[in-house]
Amino acid sequence: MTIARVDRRAQRSPAGSGATGTGQRTNTSALRRRQRRGSRLTALAFIAPLVVYLAAFYLYPLYRNLDLSLRDYTVRSFVQGDAPFSGLDNFRTVLDDPTFGPAMRHTLVFTFASIAFQYAAGLALAVFFNRHFRLAPTLRALFLIPWLLPLIVSASTWSWMFNSESGVINYALHLVGMSPVDWLNSPDWALTSVVIANIWIGIPFNLVILYSGLQNIPGELYEAASLDGAGAWQQFRRITFPLLRPVSAITLLLGLVYTLKVFDLIWIMTKGGPGDASSTLATWSYQLGFGTLLPKFGPGAAVGNILILIALVFGLLYIRVQRRQEA
Amino acid sequence: MKSRTGKRRYTVIGVLLTALMLFPVYWMINVSLTPQQDMRKTPPDLLPLHPTFEGYRAVLNDQMPYLGTSLLIGLGTVALTLLLAAPAGFALAKLRPFGGGVLGLVLLIAQMIPGIVMAMGFYGIFLDLGLLNSWWGLIIADSTIAVPFGVMIFTAFMSGIPGELIAASRIDGAGTFRTFWSIVLPVSRNALVTVSLFSFLWAWSDFVFANTLDGGGDLRPITLGIYKYIGNNNQEWNSIMATAVVASIPAAVLLVLAQRYVAAGVTAGAVKD
Repeated sequence: MTIARVDRRAQRSPAGSGATGTGQRTNTSALRRRQRRGSRLTALAFIAPLVVYLAAFYLYPLYRNLDLSLRDYTVRSFVQGDAPFSGLDNFRTVLDDPTFGPAMRHTLVFTFASIAFQYAAGLALAVFFNRHFRLAPTLRALFLIPWLLPLIVSASTWSWMFNSESGVINYALHLVGMSPVDWLNSPDWALTSVVIANIWIGIPFNLVILYSGLQNIPGELYEAASLDGAGAWQQFRRITFPLLRPVSAITLLLGLVYTLKVFDLIWIMTKGGPGDASSTLATWSYQLGFGTLLPKFGPGAAVGNILILIALVFGLLYIRVQRRQEA
Repeated sequence: MKSRTGKRRYTVIGVLLTALMLFPVYWMINVSLTPQQDMRKTPPDLLPLHPTFEGYRAVLNDQMPYLGTSLLIGLGTVALTLLLAAPAGFALAKLRPFGGGVLGLVLLIAQMIPGIVMAMGFYGIFLDLGLLNSWWGLIIADSTIAVPFGVMIFTAFMSGIPGELIAASRIDGAGTFRTFWSIVLPVSRNALVTVSLFSFLWAWSDFVFANTLDGGGDLRPITLGIYKYIGNNNQEWNSIMATAVVASIPAAVLLVLAQRYVAAGVTAGAVKD
Protein backbone atom coordinates (compact mmCIF):
# COMPACT_ATOMS: atom_id res chain seq x y z
CA MET A 1 0.00 0.00 0.00
CA THR A 2 2.75 2.35 0.96
CA ILE A 3 4.73 1.57 -2.12
CA ALA A 4 1.76 2.12 -4.38
CA ARG A 5 1.63 5.65 -3.09
CA VAL A 6 5.27 6.17 -3.90
CA ASP A 7 4.52 5.08 -7.43
CA ARG A 8 1.50 7.29 -7.96
CA ARG A 9 3.34 10.27 -6.67
CA ALA A 10 6.29 9.50 -8.88
CA GLN A 11 4.26 9.11 -12.06
CA ARG A 12 2.38 12.30 -11.53
CA SER A 13 5.57 14.30 -11.11
CA PRO A 14 6.12 16.60 -14.09
CA ALA A 15 9.87 16.08 -14.13
CA GLY A 16 9.31 12.50 -15.21
CA SER A 17 8.71 13.48 -18.83
CA GLY A 18 12.19 15.01 -18.98
CA ALA A 19 13.89 11.66 -18.67
CA THR A 20 11.59 9.69 -20.96
CA GLY A 21 11.48 12.25 -23.77
CA THR A 22 15.02 11.59 -24.95
CA GLY A 23 14.26 8.59 -27.12
CA GLN A 24 14.69 10.13 -30.58
CA ARG A 25 18.05 10.54 -32.16
CA THR A 26 19.07 14.09 -32.81
CA ASN A 27 22.37 15.83 -32.47
CA THR A 28 24.37 13.67 -30.05
CA SER A 29 25.83 16.38 -27.89
CA ALA A 30 22.53 18.21 -27.59
CA LEU A 31 20.91 14.94 -26.72
CA ARG A 32 23.46 14.24 -24.07
CA ARG A 33 23.11 17.70 -22.63
CA ARG A 34 19.37 17.31 -22.57
CA GLN A 35 19.70 13.89 -21.04
CA ARG A 36 21.93 15.23 -18.33
CA ARG A 37 19.55 18.05 -17.57
CA GLY A 38 16.65 15.60 -17.63
CA SER A 39 18.33 13.26 -15.20
CA ARG A 40 19.20 16.23 -12.99
CA LEU A 41 15.52 17.12 -12.89
CA THR A 42 14.56 13.53 -12.24
CA ALA A 43 17.04 13.28 -9.38
CA LEU A 44 15.57 16.47 -7.99
CA ALA A 45 12.07 15.01 -8.15
CA PHE A 46 13.23 11.97 -6.22
CA ILE A 47 14.97 13.97 -3.56
CA ALA A 48 12.75 17.04 -3.27
CA PRO A 49 10.20 15.48 -0.90
CA LEU A 50 13.00 14.59 1.52
CA VAL A 51 14.53 18.05 1.34
CA VAL A 52 11.18 19.71 1.97
CA TYR A 53 10.55 17.28 4.81
CA LEU A 54 13.93 17.94 6.43
CA ALA A 55 13.38 21.67 6.21
CA ALA A 56 9.90 21.51 7.67
CA PHE A 57 10.37 18.85 10.33
CA TYR A 58 14.03 19.11 11.30
CA LEU A 59 15.26 22.58 10.51
CA TYR A 60 12.10 24.39 11.52
CA PRO A 61 11.71 22.68 14.93
CA LEU A 62 15.38 23.40 15.59
CA TYR A 63 14.88 27.00 14.59
CA ARG A 64 11.84 27.21 16.87
CA ASN A 65 13.89 25.80 19.69
CA LEU A 66 16.66 28.32 19.12
CA ASP A 67 14.07 31.08 18.97
CA LEU A 68 12.56 29.83 22.24
CA SER A 69 15.93 29.96 23.94
CA LEU A 70 16.52 33.58 22.83
CA ARG A 71 13.22 35.03 23.99
CA ASP A 72 11.58 35.70 27.31
CA TYR A 73 8.58 33.40 27.14
CA THR A 74 5.68 33.13 29.50
CA VAL A 75 2.77 30.75 29.02
CA ARG A 76 0.69 33.53 27.51
CA SER A 77 3.34 34.86 25.17
CA PHE A 78 4.09 31.27 24.16
CA VAL A 79 0.55 30.93 22.85
CA GLN A 80 0.39 34.42 21.37
CA GLY A 81 3.92 34.32 20.01
CA ASP A 82 4.92 37.86 21.00
CA ALA A 83 7.63 37.21 23.56
CA PRO A 84 10.32 39.90 23.69
CA PHE A 85 13.80 39.09 22.43
CA SER A 86 16.13 38.65 25.36
CA GLY A 87 19.43 37.65 23.81
CA LEU A 88 21.42 35.21 25.87
CA ASP A 89 19.50 35.86 29.11
CA ASN A 90 18.06 32.36 29.19
CA PHE A 91 21.51 30.87 28.81
CA ARG A 92 22.78 33.09 31.63
CA THR A 93 19.84 32.04 33.84
CA VAL A 94 20.56 28.41 33.13
CA LEU A 95 24.31 28.66 33.74
CA ASP A 96 23.71 30.43 37.07
CA ASP A 97 21.09 27.93 38.16
CA PRO A 98 22.25 25.71 41.05
CA THR A 99 20.98 22.69 39.08
CA PHE A 100 23.36 23.32 36.17
CA GLY A 101 26.49 21.98 37.87
CA PRO A 102 24.91 18.74 39.11
CA ALA A 103 23.02 18.18 35.83
CA MET A 104 26.22 18.60 33.83
CA ARG A 105 28.14 16.32 36.16
CA HIS A 106 25.40 13.68 36.11
CA THR A 107 25.25 13.83 32.31
CA LEU A 108 28.98 13.13 32.11
CA VAL A 109 28.91 10.39 34.76
CA PHE A 110 25.85 8.77 33.21
CA THR A 111 27.33 8.88 29.71
CA PHE A 112 30.85 7.75 30.47
CA ALA A 113 29.96 5.11 33.07
CA SER A 114 27.32 3.71 30.72
CA ILE A 115 29.48 3.45 27.64
CA ALA A 116 32.54 2.20 29.54
CA PHE A 117 30.65 -0.77 30.96
CA GLN A 118 28.57 -1.33 27.83
CA TYR A 119 31.69 -1.44 25.73
CA ALA A 120 33.62 -3.71 28.10
CA ALA A 121 30.71 -6.14 28.41
CA GLY A 122 29.93 -5.95 24.70
CA LEU A 123 33.56 -6.65 23.75
CA ALA A 124 33.89 -9.57 26.17
CA LEU A 125 30.66 -11.08 24.86
CA ALA A 126 31.63 -10.50 21.22
CA VAL A 127 34.93 -12.32 21.74
CA PHE A 128 33.09 -15.06 23.60
CA PHE A 129 30.43 -15.55 20.91
CA ASN A 130 33.15 -15.56 18.28
CA ARG A 131 34.17 -19.04 19.49
CA HIS A 132 31.37 -20.51 17.34
CA PHE A 133 30.00 -23.03 19.79
CA ARG A 134 26.62 -24.72 19.54
CA LEU A 135 23.63 -22.41 20.04
CA ALA A 136 25.90 -19.36 19.70
CA PRO A 137 23.81 -17.68 16.93
CA THR A 138 20.56 -18.23 18.84
CA LEU A 139 21.96 -16.92 22.12
CA ARG A 140 23.47 -13.94 20.36
CA ALA A 141 20.06 -13.14 18.88
CA LEU A 142 18.45 -13.39 22.32
CA PHE A 143 20.95 -10.85 23.58
CA LEU A 144 19.31 -8.29 21.29
CA ILE A 145 16.05 -8.33 23.26
CA PRO A 146 16.91 -5.59 25.79
CA TRP A 147 17.77 -3.25 22.95
CA LEU A 148 14.51 -3.91 21.09
CA LEU A 149 12.14 -3.48 24.02
CA PRO A 150 10.34 -0.16 24.28
CA LEU A 151 12.22 1.96 26.82
CA ILE A 152 9.13 2.39 28.94
CA VAL A 153 8.96 -1.40 29.29
CA SER A 154 12.60 -1.70 30.39
CA ALA A 155 12.35 1.34 32.63
CA SER A 156 9.25 0.19 34.47
CA THR A 157 10.61 -3.34 34.85
CA TRP A 158 13.84 -2.02 36.36
CA SER A 159 11.85 0.35 38.57
CA TRP A 160 10.04 -2.57 40.13
CA MET A 161 13.22 -4.65 40.39
CA PHE A 162 14.87 -1.73 42.20
CA ASN A 163 11.92 -1.30 44.57
CA SER A 164 13.29 -0.82 48.09
CA GLU A 165 10.95 -3.15 49.96
CA SER A 166 9.82 -5.71 47.43
CA GLY A 167 12.39 -5.51 44.66
CA VAL A 168 14.18 -8.63 43.52
CA ILE A 169 17.56 -6.85 43.54
CA ASN A 170 17.42 -6.12 47.24
CA TYR A 171 16.33 -9.71 47.73
CA ALA A 172 19.43 -10.86 45.85
CA LEU A 173 21.58 -8.59 48.04
CA HIS A 174 19.92 -10.10 51.08
CA LEU A 175 20.80 -13.61 49.82
CA VAL A 176 24.48 -12.73 49.68
CA GLY A 177 24.31 -11.12 53.10
CA MET A 178 24.30 -7.46 52.13
CA SER A 179 21.97 -4.84 53.56
CA PRO A 180 19.23 -3.51 51.30
CA VAL A 181 19.75 -0.33 49.30
CA ASP A 182 17.12 2.35 48.81
CA TRP A 183 17.93 2.46 45.10
CA LEU A 184 15.62 4.92 43.39
CA ASN A 185 14.69 7.00 46.42
CA SER A 186 18.11 7.73 47.82
CA PRO A 187 20.19 10.62 46.47
CA ASP A 188 23.31 8.44 46.71
CA TRP A 189 22.00 5.59 44.57
CA ALA A 190 19.48 7.02 42.11
CA LEU A 191 22.07 7.86 39.46
CA THR A 192 23.75 4.46 39.88
CA SER A 193 20.39 2.77 39.40
CA VAL A 194 19.65 4.45 36.10
CA VAL A 195 23.22 3.83 34.93
CA ILE A 196 22.82 0.09 35.65
CA ALA A 197 19.57 -0.05 33.71
CA ASN A 198 21.12 1.90 30.83
CA ILE A 199 24.15 -0.40 30.67
CA TRP A 200 21.78 -3.34 30.33
CA ILE A 201 19.99 -1.65 27.44
CA GLY A 202 23.20 -0.70 25.63
CA ILE A 203 25.11 -4.01 25.79
CA PRO A 204 23.35 -5.53 22.72
CA PHE A 205 24.29 -2.60 20.49
CA ASN A 206 27.96 -2.88 21.47
CA LEU A 207 27.90 -6.65 21.14
CA VAL A 208 26.45 -6.64 17.62
CA ILE A 209 28.77 -3.97 16.22
CA LEU A 210 31.91 -5.36 17.84
CA TYR A 211 30.98 -8.90 16.80
CA SER A 212 30.61 -7.84 13.18
CA GLY A 213 33.99 -6.11 13.52
CA LEU A 214 35.55 -9.36 14.73
CA GLN A 215 34.33 -11.12 11.58
CA ASN A 216 36.72 -8.99 9.55
CA ILE A 217 39.85 -10.12 11.40
CA PRO A 218 41.44 -12.92 9.35
CA GLY A 219 41.50 -16.26 11.17
CA GLU A 220 45.04 -17.02 9.95
CA LEU A 221 46.38 -14.37 12.29
CA TYR A 222 45.14 -16.35 15.26
CA GLU A 223 46.45 -19.61 13.81
CA ALA A 224 49.88 -18.08 13.32
CA ALA A 225 49.81 -16.61 16.82
CA SER A 226 48.89 -19.88 18.47
CA LEU A 227 51.65 -21.64 16.49
CA ASP A 228 54.00 -19.08 18.01
CA GLY A 229 52.68 -20.11 21.40
CA ALA A 230 50.51 -17.07 22.17
CA GLY A 231 47.82 -17.77 24.74
CA ALA A 232 44.22 -16.54 24.62
CA TRP A 233 45.00 -13.33 26.52
CA GLN A 234 48.05 -12.62 24.37
CA GLN A 235 45.98 -13.13 21.23
CA PHE A 236 43.35 -10.74 22.51
CA ARG A 237 45.90 -8.10 23.47
CA ARG A 238 48.12 -8.35 20.40
CA ILE A 239 45.60 -9.13 17.66
CA THR A 240 41.95 -8.64 18.55
CA PHE A 241 42.15 -5.39 20.43
CA PRO A 242 44.51 -3.50 18.07
CA LEU A 243 42.74 -4.68 14.91
CA LEU A 244 39.37 -3.83 16.40
CA ARG A 245 40.42 -0.28 17.18
CA PRO A 246 38.65 1.40 14.24
CA VAL A 247 35.39 -0.40 15.02
CA SER A 248 35.84 0.36 18.72
CA ALA A 249 36.24 4.06 18.00
CA ILE A 250 33.04 4.09 15.97
CA THR A 251 31.16 2.12 18.62
CA LEU A 252 32.27 4.37 21.46
CA LEU A 253 31.57 7.61 19.62
CA LEU A 254 28.13 6.45 18.47
CA GLY A 255 27.44 5.24 22.01
CA LEU A 256 28.48 8.63 23.33
CA VAL A 257 26.13 10.51 21.02
CA TYR A 258 23.23 8.18 21.79
CA THR A 259 23.81 8.12 25.54
CA LEU A 260 24.08 11.90 25.90
CA LYS A 261 20.50 12.26 24.77
CA VAL A 262 18.98 9.48 26.88
CA PHE A 263 15.83 10.88 28.41
CA ASP A 264 13.02 8.31 28.59
CA LEU A 265 14.79 5.90 30.88
CA ILE A 266 15.76 8.43 33.55
CA TRP A 267 12.48 10.31 33.35
CA ILE A 268 10.40 7.16 33.79
CA MET A 269 12.54 5.70 36.57
CA THR A 270 13.33 8.75 38.71
CA LYS A 271 12.14 11.93 36.93
CA GLY A 272 15.69 13.13 37.65
CA GLY A 273 15.11 12.87 41.38
CA PRO A 274 15.15 12.63 44.25
CA GLY A 275 15.85 16.36 44.18
CA ASP A 276 18.40 16.69 41.37
CA ALA A 277 20.19 13.47 42.29
CA SER A 278 19.80 11.85 38.87
CA SER A 279 18.92 14.78 36.64
CA THR A 280 20.92 15.15 33.45
CA LEU A 281 20.83 17.96 30.90
CA ALA A 282 18.16 16.04 28.99
CA THR A 283 15.81 15.51 31.93
CA TRP A 284 16.45 18.99 33.30
CA SER A 285 15.57 20.56 29.97
CA TYR A 286 12.32 18.61 29.88
CA GLN A 287 11.65 19.38 33.53
CA LEU A 288 11.96 23.10 32.81
CA GLY A 289 9.76 23.00 29.73
CA PHE A 290 7.12 20.44 30.58
CA GLY A 291 7.65 19.10 34.09
CA THR A 292 5.92 21.78 36.09
CA LEU A 293 2.68 23.69 36.05
CA LEU A 294 4.60 26.87 35.26
CA PRO A 295 6.66 25.93 32.23
CA LYS A 296 9.91 27.78 31.60
CA PHE A 297 10.20 27.22 27.87
CA GLY A 298 13.05 29.66 27.38
CA PRO A 299 15.51 28.15 29.87
CA GLY A 300 14.34 24.66 28.88
CA ALA A 301 15.17 25.32 25.25
CA ALA A 302 18.49 26.87 26.29
CA VAL A 303 19.49 23.66 28.10
CA GLY A 304 18.38 21.68 25.05
CA ASN A 305 20.60 23.79 22.81
CA ILE A 306 23.58 23.30 25.12
CA LEU A 307 22.93 19.57 24.84
CA ILE A 308 22.87 19.81 21.05
CA LEU A 309 26.22 21.58 21.10
CA ILE A 310 27.82 18.82 23.18
CA ALA A 311 26.25 16.11 21.00
CA LEU A 312 27.49 17.83 17.86
CA VAL A 313 31.08 17.96 19.10
CA PHE A 314 31.14 14.20 19.51
CA GLY A 315 28.97 13.72 16.44
CA LEU A 316 31.37 15.59 14.18
CA LEU A 317 34.26 13.68 15.72
CA TYR A 318 32.40 10.48 14.82
CA ILE A 319 31.87 11.62 11.24
CA ARG A 320 35.56 12.52 10.96
CA VAL A 321 36.69 9.15 12.25
CA GLN A 322 34.26 7.32 9.98
CA ARG A 323 35.27 9.31 6.90
CA ARG A 324 38.93 8.66 7.58
CA GLN A 325 38.28 4.92 7.88
CA GLU A 326 36.45 4.84 4.58
CA ALA A 327 39.17 6.74 2.79
CA MET B 1 37.77 -34.80 22.08
CA LYS B 2 39.17 -32.15 24.34
CA SER B 3 38.01 -29.37 22.08
CA ARG B 4 34.50 -30.81 21.90
CA THR B 5 34.07 -30.83 25.68
CA GLY B 6 35.60 -27.36 25.65
CA LYS B 7 32.99 -26.24 23.17
CA ARG B 8 30.25 -27.78 25.27
CA ARG B 9 31.50 -25.76 28.20
CA TYR B 10 31.17 -22.61 26.08
CA THR B 11 27.57 -23.51 25.33
CA VAL B 12 26.82 -23.93 29.04
CA ILE B 13 28.47 -20.60 29.90
CA GLY B 14 26.66 -18.96 26.97
CA VAL B 15 23.29 -20.20 28.19
CA LEU B 16 24.03 -18.97 31.71
CA LEU B 17 25.09 -15.53 30.47
CA THR B 18 21.99 -15.26 28.29
CA ALA B 19 19.81 -16.25 31.24
CA LEU B 20 21.45 -13.58 33.37
CA MET B 21 21.00 -10.98 30.65
CA LEU B 22 17.36 -11.85 30.10
CA PHE B 23 16.51 -12.05 33.79
CA PRO B 24 14.70 -8.67 33.78
CA VAL B 25 12.56 -9.88 30.88
CA TYR B 26 11.76 -13.06 32.78
CA TRP B 27 11.01 -11.02 35.88
CA MET B 28 8.59 -8.80 33.94
CA ILE B 29 6.68 -11.91 32.84
CA ASN B 30 6.84 -13.44 36.33
CA VAL B 31 5.49 -10.29 38.00
CA SER B 32 2.76 -9.98 35.37
CA LEU B 33 1.46 -13.39 36.54
CA THR B 34 1.84 -12.77 40.28
CA PRO B 35 -1.38 -12.32 42.29
CA GLN B 36 -1.69 -8.93 43.93
CA GLN B 37 -1.55 -10.31 47.50
CA ASP B 38 1.80 -12.02 46.80
CA MET B 39 3.35 -8.94 45.22
CA ARG B 40 5.12 -7.66 48.32
CA LYS B 41 5.90 -11.05 49.80
CA THR B 42 9.41 -11.73 51.15
CA PRO B 43 11.01 -13.70 49.67
CA PRO B 44 9.36 -13.01 46.30
CA ASP B 45 8.13 -15.99 44.31
CA LEU B 46 10.83 -16.73 41.78
CA LEU B 47 8.48 -18.87 39.72
CA PRO B 48 4.86 -18.09 38.85
CA LEU B 49 3.53 -21.13 40.76
CA HIS B 50 0.11 -19.61 41.32
CA PRO B 51 -0.31 -17.64 38.12
CA THR B 52 -3.11 -15.16 37.87
CA PHE B 53 -4.35 -13.51 34.71
CA GLU B 54 -5.92 -10.54 36.44
CA GLY B 55 -3.12 -8.35 35.08
CA TYR B 56 -3.87 -9.43 31.52
CA ARG B 57 -7.58 -8.94 32.14
CA ALA B 58 -6.77 -5.36 33.11
CA VAL B 59 -4.87 -4.99 29.82
CA LEU B 60 -7.90 -6.21 27.89
CA ASN B 61 -10.16 -3.83 29.77
CA ASP B 62 -8.00 -0.71 29.84
CA GLN B 63 -5.32 -0.86 27.20
CA MET B 64 -6.87 -2.02 23.92
CA PRO B 65 -7.47 1.53 22.58
CA TYR B 66 -3.87 2.45 23.39
CA LEU B 67 -2.57 -0.64 21.58
CA GLY B 68 -4.74 0.17 18.57
CA THR B 69 -3.42 3.71 18.47
CA SER B 70 0.17 2.48 18.64
CA LEU B 71 -0.49 0.12 15.76
CA LEU B 72 -1.98 2.94 13.71
CA ILE B 73 0.89 5.29 14.50
CA GLY B 74 3.47 2.58 13.84
CA LEU B 75 2.02 1.72 10.42
CA GLY B 76 1.58 5.38 9.54
CA THR B 77 5.20 6.06 10.42
CA VAL B 78 6.35 3.13 8.27
CA ALA B 79 4.32 4.45 5.33
CA LEU B 80 5.63 7.99 5.65
CA THR B 81 9.21 6.84 6.16
CA LEU B 82 9.23 4.57 3.09
CA LEU B 83 7.53 7.21 0.98
CA LEU B 84 10.28 9.71 1.75
CA ALA B 85 13.32 7.51 2.21
CA ALA B 86 13.14 5.00 -0.66
CA PRO B 87 13.09 7.51 -3.56
CA ALA B 88 15.67 9.70 -1.83
CA GLY B 89 17.93 6.72 -1.19
CA PHE B 90 17.66 5.75 -4.86
CA ALA B 91 18.52 9.25 -5.98
CA LEU B 92 21.51 9.49 -3.64
CA ALA B 93 22.77 6.05 -4.69
CA LYS B 94 22.23 6.18 -8.44
CA LEU B 95 21.25 9.59 -9.78
CA ARG B 96 24.03 11.68 -8.25
CA PRO B 97 21.82 14.67 -7.43
CA PHE B 98 23.17 18.15 -6.90
CA GLY B 99 24.22 18.53 -3.25
CA GLY B 100 23.96 14.83 -2.51
CA GLY B 101 27.09 14.77 -0.37
CA VAL B 102 25.87 17.62 1.80
CA LEU B 103 22.53 15.87 2.20
CA GLY B 104 24.28 12.73 3.44
CA LEU B 105 26.09 14.77 6.07
CA VAL B 106 22.87 16.53 7.09
CA LEU B 107 21.21 13.14 7.60
CA LEU B 108 24.07 11.93 9.80
CA ILE B 109 23.87 15.03 11.96
CA ALA B 110 20.06 14.84 12.09
CA GLN B 111 20.35 11.50 13.85
CA MET B 112 22.38 13.06 16.63
CA ILE B 113 19.86 15.67 17.68
CA PRO B 114 18.32 14.83 21.06
CA GLY B 115 14.66 13.85 20.99
CA ILE B 116 13.67 16.29 23.73
CA VAL B 117 14.94 19.23 21.69
CA MET B 118 12.90 18.12 18.71
CA ALA B 119 9.93 17.57 20.99
CA MET B 120 10.15 21.11 22.32
CA GLY B 121 10.38 22.56 18.82
CA PHE B 122 7.47 20.45 17.61
CA TYR B 123 5.44 21.50 20.63
CA GLY B 124 5.62 25.15 19.60
CA ILE B 125 4.84 24.36 15.95
CA PHE B 126 1.99 21.99 16.73
CA LEU B 127 0.55 24.52 19.15
CA ASP B 128 0.48 27.12 16.35
CA LEU B 129 -1.04 24.69 13.86
CA GLY B 130 -3.48 23.11 16.29
CA LEU B 131 -1.90 19.69 15.80
CA LEU B 132 -1.35 18.91 19.46
CA ASN B 133 -3.00 15.70 20.61
CA SER B 134 -3.60 14.45 17.09
CA TRP B 135 -2.48 11.00 16.04
CA TRP B 136 -1.20 12.07 12.67
CA GLY B 137 0.82 14.88 14.19
CA LEU B 138 2.48 12.18 16.21
CA ILE B 139 3.14 10.18 13.03
CA ILE B 140 5.00 13.16 11.58
CA ALA B 141 7.04 13.60 14.76
CA ASP B 142 7.81 9.87 15.06
CA SER B 143 8.91 9.68 11.45
CA THR B 144 11.76 12.09 12.22
CA ILE B 145 13.37 9.29 14.25
CA ALA B 146 13.36 6.91 11.28
CA VAL B 147 13.69 8.96 8.08
CA PRO B 148 17.45 9.77 8.25
CA PHE B 149 18.22 6.15 9.14
CA GLY B 150 15.93 4.97 6.34
CA VAL B 151 17.58 7.13 3.69
CA MET B 152 21.01 5.89 4.77
CA ILE B 153 19.95 2.24 4.62
CA PHE B 154 18.35 2.67 1.18
CA THR B 155 21.37 4.59 -0.13
CA ALA B 156 23.79 1.96 1.12
CA PHE B 157 21.70 -0.89 -0.25
CA MET B 158 20.86 0.65 -3.62
CA SER B 159 24.50 1.60 -4.24
CA GLY B 160 25.10 -2.14 -4.38
CA ILE B 161 22.61 -2.69 -7.23
CA PRO B 162 24.65 -3.27 -10.42
CA GLY B 163 24.58 -0.35 -12.82
CA GLU B 164 23.98 -2.76 -15.72
CA LEU B 165 20.61 -3.71 -14.28
CA ILE B 166 19.52 -0.10 -14.41
CA ALA B 167 21.13 0.51 -17.80
CA ALA B 168 19.34 -2.54 -19.19
CA SER B 169 16.03 -1.23 -17.98
CA ARG B 170 16.78 2.12 -19.64
CA ILE B 171 17.58 0.39 -22.93
CA ASP B 172 14.25 -1.37 -22.74
CA GLY B 173 12.75 2.10 -22.79
CA ALA B 174 11.82 2.45 -19.13
CA GLY B 175 12.07 5.92 -17.63
CA THR B 176 13.73 6.58 -14.30
CA PHE B 177 10.47 6.30 -12.39
CA ARG B 178 9.55 3.05 -14.01
CA THR B 179 13.06 1.70 -13.39
CA PHE B 180 12.79 2.69 -9.75
CA TRP B 181 9.38 1.13 -9.34
CA SER B 182 9.71 -2.13 -11.22
CA ILE B 183 13.45 -2.88 -11.01
CA VAL B 184 15.04 -1.12 -8.05
CA LEU B 185 12.30 -1.49 -5.45
CA PRO B 186 11.75 -5.22 -5.97
CA VAL B 187 15.44 -6.04 -5.62
CA SER B 188 15.67 -3.79 -2.55
CA ARG B 189 13.34 -5.99 -0.56
CA ASN B 190 15.85 -6.46 2.26
CA ALA B 191 16.28 -2.73 2.71
CA LEU B 192 12.51 -2.22 2.61
CA VAL B 193 12.04 -4.82 5.34
CA THR B 194 14.84 -3.41 7.51
CA VAL B 195 13.59 0.16 7.29
CA SER B 196 9.98 -0.86 7.87
CA LEU B 197 10.89 -2.94 10.91
CA PHE B 198 12.88 -0.22 12.57
CA SER B 199 10.52 2.62 11.82
CA PHE B 200 7.64 0.58 13.20
CA LEU B 201 9.54 -0.40 16.31
CA TRP B 202 10.74 3.13 17.01
CA ALA B 203 7.30 4.64 16.54
CA TRP B 204 5.77 1.92 18.70
CA SER B 205 8.35 2.55 21.44
CA ASP B 206 8.34 6.34 21.30
CA PHE B 207 7.68 8.01 24.61
CA VAL B 208 9.17 11.50 24.34
CA PHE B 209 7.04 12.72 21.43
CA ALA B 210 3.93 10.96 22.71
CA ASN B 211 4.23 12.46 26.17
CA THR B 212 4.97 15.95 24.85
CA LEU B 213 2.68 16.17 21.84
CA ASP B 214 -0.15 13.75 22.58
CA GLY B 215 -0.44 13.88 26.37
CA GLY B 216 -4.11 14.79 26.38
CA GLY B 217 -5.40 13.38 23.11
CA ASP B 218 -8.24 10.96 22.57
CA LEU B 219 -5.94 8.54 20.80
CA ARG B 220 -2.86 7.91 22.88
CA PRO B 221 -0.23 5.22 22.28
CA ILE B 222 0.58 2.29 24.55
CA THR B 223 3.72 3.91 25.97
CA LEU B 224 1.46 6.53 27.53
CA GLY B 225 -0.92 3.78 28.65
CA ILE B 226 1.87 2.26 30.71
CA TYR B 227 3.10 5.65 31.88
CA LYS B 228 -0.37 6.56 33.10
CA TYR B 229 -0.54 3.25 34.97
CA ILE B 230 2.73 3.99 36.76
CA GLY B 231 1.96 7.67 37.27
CA ASN B 232 -1.33 7.05 39.05
CA ASN B 233 0.77 5.65 41.87
CA ASN B 234 -0.71 2.37 40.87
CA GLN B 235 0.46 -0.48 43.04
CA GLU B 236 -0.99 -3.17 40.80
CA TRP B 237 2.33 -4.16 39.36
CA ASN B 238 0.91 -7.28 37.74
CA SER B 239 -1.28 -5.05 35.54
CA ILE B 240 1.65 -2.75 34.76
CA MET B 241 3.95 -5.64 33.90
CA ALA B 242 1.22 -7.39 31.89
CA THR B 243 0.87 -4.23 29.81
CA ALA B 244 4.65 -4.13 29.45
CA VAL B 245 4.64 -7.75 28.23
CA VAL B 246 1.96 -6.98 25.65
CA ALA B 247 3.82 -3.83 24.57
CA SER B 248 6.91 -5.99 23.99
CA ILE B 249 5.16 -8.31 21.55
CA PRO B 250 6.18 -6.40 18.39
CA ALA B 251 9.82 -6.53 19.48
CA ALA B 252 9.54 -10.29 20.05
CA VAL B 253 7.80 -10.87 16.72
CA LEU B 254 10.43 -8.85 14.89
CA LEU B 255 13.22 -10.77 16.54
CA VAL B 256 11.73 -14.14 15.62
CA LEU B 257 10.67 -13.26 12.08
CA ALA B 258 13.43 -10.96 11.04
CA GLN B 259 16.50 -11.54 13.14
CA ARG B 260 19.02 -11.01 10.36
CA TYR B 261 17.39 -7.75 9.35
CA VAL B 262 17.63 -6.53 12.93
CA ALA B 263 21.34 -7.25 13.15
CA ALA B 264 21.79 -5.64 9.74
CA GLY B 265 20.01 -2.54 10.96
CA VAL B 266 22.12 -2.21 14.09
CA THR B 267 25.39 -2.43 12.21
CA ALA B 268 24.30 -0.37 9.20
CA GLY B 269 26.31 2.76 8.85
CA ALA B 270 28.49 1.92 11.80
CA VAL B 271 30.70 -0.73 10.23
CA LYS B 272 31.84 -1.03 6.66
CA ASP B 273 32.15 -4.57 5.36
